[in-house]
Amino acid sequence: MRDTMTGQLLNSGLYKKKVDLVSSDILKNVGISKGFIIWMAFLAIAFGACIFAYTIQLRKGLGVTGLRDITSWGMYIANFVFFVATSLVGMLISCVLGLAGANWIKPIGRIAEIIAVAFAAVAGLVIISDMGRPDRLTYLFIFGRVQSPILWDVSVVTTYFVLSLLLWFLPMIPDLAISKSRLTDQPGFLKKAYDLLSFKWVHHEAQYKILSQAVRILLILVIPTAFAIHTVTSWLFAVTPRAGWDSTIFGPYFVSGAFVSGTAAVIIAMYFFRETYNLRKYLTSDHFEKMGRVLILVSVLYMYFNLNEFLVPGYKLKALDAIHLKELFSGKYAALFWGVQLFGLVIPVLLMLFRSIRKPLPMMLISIIMLAAAWLKRFIIVVPPQAHPFLPVQNFPAEWIIYKPTLIESLVTVASMLLVLIIITVLSKLFPVMPIWELAADETEKETKKM
Amino acid sequence: MPLKKKKSEKTKIDEILESSRRDFLKKVGIVGAASVAGGAAIYSGYRFEKAKNNEDTIKVLTEDNKLVEIPRDQVKDYKPGLKVFQTRGREGIKGKKWVMVIDLSRCRNARKCVNACQGAHHLRPYEYHINTLAMQESANTPEYFMPKPCQHCDNPPCVSVCPVDATFKRQDGIVLIDNERCIGCRFCMAACPYSARMFHWQEPSATEADKDKQYNVELNVPQKKGTISKCLFSADRLREGLLPYCVSACPNGVFYFGDENENAVTNGTTKETVDLKELLKKNGGYRLMAELGTKPRVYYLPPKNRLFEFKKGPDTEYKETT
Repeated sequence: MRDTMTGQLLNSGLYKKKVDLVSSDILKNVGISKGFIIWMAFLAIAFGACIFAYTIQLRKGLGVTGLRDITSWGMYIANFVFFVATSLVGMLISCVLGLAGANWIKPIGRIAEIIAVAFAAVAGLVIISDMGRPDRLTYLFIFGRVQSPILWDVSVVTTYFVLSLLLWFLPMIPDLAISKSRLTDQPGFLKKAYDLLSFKWVHHEAQYKILSQAVRILLILVIPTAFAIHTVTSWLFAVTPRAGWDSTIFGPYFVSGAFVSGTAAVIIAMYFFRETYNLRKYLTSDHFEKMGRVLILVSVLYMYFNLNEFLVPGYKLKALDAIHLKELFSGKYAALFWGVQLFGLVIPVLLMLFRSIRKPLPMMLISIIMLAAAWLKRFIIVVPPQAHPFLPVQNFPAEWIIYKPTLIESLVTVASMLLVLIIITVLSKLFPVMPIWELAADETEKETKKM
Repeated sequence: MPLKKKKSEKTKIDEILESSRRDFLKKVGIVGAASVAGGAAIYSGYRFEKAKNNEDTIKVLTEDNKLVEIPRDQVKDYKPGLKVFQTRGREGIKGKKWVMVIDLSRCRNARKCVNACQGAHHLRPYEYHINTLAMQESANTPEYFMPKPCQHCDNPPCVSVCPVDATFKRQDGIVLIDNERCIGCRFCMAACPYSARMFHWQEPSATEADKDKQYNVELNVPQKKGTISKCLFSADRLREGLLPYCVSACPNGVFYFGDENENAVTNGTTKETVDLKELLKKNGGYRLMAELGTKPRVYYLPPKNRLFEFKKGPDTEYKETT
């Protein structure tokens, strides 16, 4: 975020003109439109249908899923890990790149925070769908034990969600003041919301200074929190002795993987807003080119951790590791494993090395494939290690031994994805999706320099 | 095995006192009402009280070994509530360190232990607290059967990861699960290297039949949907001075059970009590996956000089008829 907004700049005629210009571009998409209502209605109906599946689970128990004693964590936990992972991108874009002084991220920062908020919020909810007794959720707070990584996870995911929400909201306060004065044809409740949430912002130099300081503190605080959420999530597995989970590099392995899925999600969102909101002027081809480079960097990092995670135990082939790795490399999960590694990581990286691929459309397509692969990768991390515990699996009915996700389970998972879309839609449609004041200020500075 | 029956509970005297207090208040009420009604009523009330005083009394031994006398009509059957079960269930039996020894040379996969356990804990035939596994370390080493209960580790990974203190380690060495506390996250299942835990994915088989029963944390009955269940070393039987269900049910003398503090274990079949350390020393006793550092309380004696032939490939897939 911008450090300084001098009074001179704020009062210059050029800045005001630029604010007019930028806000007319950004605010034309903000508000309740027919398209928004239809889209939300569609999401709501689909979400309701999926929630019906969850009520069946509530009534009959987790037995309606494919989970059983052997594989007792499945799609829900994989989905949870994926959501936590994807939410991490807010930290990567706004904090790591932002604090490093990358100026080009300005139109993207808020999009990244929207992704972070939506995925972190729903991550907290999807974990409830995996609970055998969701009615006892409050026990976590009444009887919580600090020894349990679940407690750590609950704490850090909540903290990260709050910090991300603040990082989305605080820099938007000046924009809300702008929206308040310009979006006069919107329904009353929306106008009231802008009025209330802009906290009587008057665009004073001192206000901007306080805001900048507050955001800076948040940006620094959110870095360890973001690392913590995914490291702790990886520890849910790594603290157990099971082959395939018993790894000392699970923390960085998960965090680096998180950057991949998050960056891919942001690129998809960028493409969507660029096209439907007609923001080509702000989300330029150059932005996709740069995000492409970021994606290459984080993907290579993730490949490096993959190499460590699979090659080292693959070299030693300790008894149980050998069984697990054989399943992945040449067994039941081979197609999934190699598909995810090749199409979700290696081939995209090779393709993105070409400048001609780092264009909006191809980047969006590659990101979709990588995001889907990222989800499947979480499935591979969570499910196969449970199929081969230390002691032989015997005297169980056949359908108890092999995990096959059921329709109900899949619908509940789809519900969580729909909820993410609902949150993203609300946050990006009812509020400006880019920092108007920052973009206007940057434009002004650029032009004064030219003169 | 010198198991002593616990005489009574602390709460017993409390309840008796409580109930006599209540009765006293009731009587005061009666007397009060009677005085309003008039002298005749007072007289009869007096007679009534007097008659009561002459009534039979009974001598009762309280928990702190005091002999007290109370009216016979005030004696009630003692029915511990959920709180009592939970409190004493978490404390365990003082001074004990339960230990189990499983002699693999004697197991012929009769599965009587499995059946007795499932009967006692109201489980389906494929829901296990104890399971007998067909084992073979390598092609050249012998096949053998291995009963596998919860190992009741002294360093239990399941207890460490539980977020709500639903599963816990007692002072007598037993690891239990409180189904009234469990939130069903199944982290303990993920953490257990012995696959000792089961989850109620559906409504437990005996929910209907057990619906009026008081939940006993030392029996895990009634079983609860959406929570974990596991081997309890038959904590309810130990409280009564009896051997665990599986140990008593074995027809082949596989199980020894006892108190490590007394260094004595009793064979469930022959009822012979032997020196624990000597038994382990003589037979090369070991613990499962000792390298994981979980410190199990279950010891195994190797399948040396097996008493029973390992009948052709064990049928390791569950079938409805079993």
